[in-house]
Amino acid sequence: MRRIVVTGIGVISGLGKDREAFAGALREGRCGIAPLMNAECHDLRFRNVAEVKCYDPADHFSLKEADMIDRFAQFAVVAAREAVRQSGIEWTQELRESSAIVTGSCVGGQATENQGFWDVYKMGKTRVHPMTIPKTMANAGASAISLEFGITGPAFTISTACSSSAHAIGQAFWMLRSGMCDVALTGGSEAPFSYGILKAWEAMRVVSPTVCRPFSKDRNGMILGEGSAMMVLESLDRALARGAKPLAEIVGFGMSSDAHHITQPSAEGAAKAVRMALNCAGIAPEQVGYVNAHGTGTTVNDITETAALHLAFGGHAKRLAISSTKAMHGHTLGAAGAIESSATVLALANGILPPTINFNERDPECDLDYVPNCPRAADVEYAISNSFAFGGLNAVLAWRRYSV
Amino acid sequence: MAEEINQDDLTQRILRIIAETQRKDPAQVAIDSSFEELGIDSMDGVNIVFALENEFDINVPDEEVRNIRSVRDMVEGVRALIEQRKQQGDAPSDAAPAAS
Repeated sequence: MRRIVVTGIGVISGLGKDREAFAGALREGRCGIAPLMNAECHDLRFRNVAEVKCYDPADHFSLKEADMIDRFAQFAVVAAREAVRQSGIEWTQELRESSAIVTGSCVGGQATENQGFWDVYKMGKTRVHPMTIPKTMANAGASAISLEFGITGPAFTISTACSSSAHAIGQAFWMLRSGMCDVALTGGSEAPFSYGILKAWEAMRVVSPTVCRPFSKDRNGMILGEGSAMMVLESLDRALARGAKPLAEIVGFGMSSDAHHITQPSAEGAAKAVRMALNCAGIAPEQVGYVNAHGTGTTVNDITETAALHLAFGGHAKRLAISSTKAMHGHTLGAAGAIESSATVLALANGILPPTINFNERDPECDLDYVPNCPRAADVEYAISNSFAFGGLNAVLAWRRYSV
Repeated sequence: MAEEINQDDLTQRILRIIAETQRKDPAQVAIDSSFEELGIDSMDGVNIVFALENEFDINVPDEEVRNIRSVRDMVEGVRALIEQRKQQGDAPSDAAPAAS
C-alpha cells in the first residue's frame, strides 16, 4: 500500500499568522483568546474569541483580489501558500493536472452573507453585492486555492460541521493511497464572526463567557475561533524522489455516524471512529501515545469523549497523553480538524506535546491524563486527532512520527 | 404585562409554552412532570427557554439554564425573573436592542 506523508503545513489562527507562530504558542502553552475586535458583539453574553489578530488582506492579496474572496477563503489561500512553500513543490503542468484539493468549511463566507442580508433586511436596500454568492459558497476556499496554483485535478469541499476538515484530510489521504492523485492540498478554513452567527451560537448556550477549560471540572463552554490550516500530502516515494523532507506520515482515517441525537454526542459513535482509524492504520490501541482531543470544553463533550477513549483504548486509555489545543486556538469549527492535525504533526515531529491550558481542577468524570497546563517532552510514535461534529458525524485521523 | 400576574395563570402559560414547543398535548404537561417523562433533553430545554424568554420578555442566564432539571424549575425560574424585573422598574435587565 502507498505510504502517504505530509511535506508542508500552513497555519493562520488566533495564535498568529503563520506556522511558526502557531508552533511557538503550542510549545509554550500560550493562549490566543481575547475580546472580539472585528465584528459587532455589544449585546452578546460572551466577548472572547480566538481571532486572527491584525489581519490585513492587503498583506496577502491585491485589493482587487481581496474584494473577490471572503475572509475565510483568504485564510485558506494564505495557509495553502505556506504549506506549498514548506513542501518545496515545484508545479509542472502534469503535476497540476494530477493534484487534488479537498477542503473543509462549516459556514463558508458568513461575513459576506451577513453584509448582504443586512443591506436588504435592515437597511432597506434593493440589491446586494453581485459577489455575495461566490464569496459565500463553502467551496470558495478550494476554488481560490485551485486558481492560486493552477491545479486542475479533483477539487471539492466537505461540510460536516466541526468534523469538516478532518473528513477532508481523510478523504484526501484515501484518494492518494488509492493512486487517484499524486499530491493533495487539504485542510480547512473558517471565519465565522458575524453578528448573526454569533447570536446563533449564543442561543445554543454552549459558549463560555470567560475562557475555554477543556476537561477541567470548572469548564463552562467552548470558545469560538477562526483561521485555516492546509497541508501538502503526497506519497512517500514521491516525496523522497524529489528530496522533500516528510514531517509525519498519515496512517489511518476512521469515520462514523452516531445516529443518536442532533447535538448530543455519543461515546459509542466516537469510539467507533477511533477504532476504525486504528484498524485503517493497522495498529493496536497500545501503540498510540498521544490524542489531540476534540475537547471543546463543554460539559457534555468532555465527559463523552473521555468515555469514548475508555471504550476504544480499554486499559491503555490511562496511559495516553491527551490534550485539547482548543483552549489556545479556540474551536475553529470547519477548520478544527486541520488545525488540530497540524498541532498533532508538530507534536510528533518536535517531540513536544501541547498542553491543555486553563486546567484548574480534576473532574471525576474526566479521569485521564490531559497534559494539564505544561507542555511535555515525549517521544511518541503514533497519535490520533479527534473531530466530533454536531449532527453526530465523527472523523478521526491517525498520524505517525516520520521514520523510514 | 403591567397587570398583576396570577401565579396559577403564570404556571398555566408556562405549561402551555412547554407543550407547544414540544408539540405535545397540553394535558400531558403538568407542574410535576419530569423531563424524562416528557422526553425533554438538554437541547429541548434550551429551545423551551428561548420560547419563555420571548413570551415573558426576560433573559435567562446560561448558568441557570444548565441547572434546570424539571418543569417546576422552569416555572420557579421564570417567576423569579419576572419579579426581579418588576423590582427593577419593569425594564428588561440586559435586553439591549439588536445592532442599529
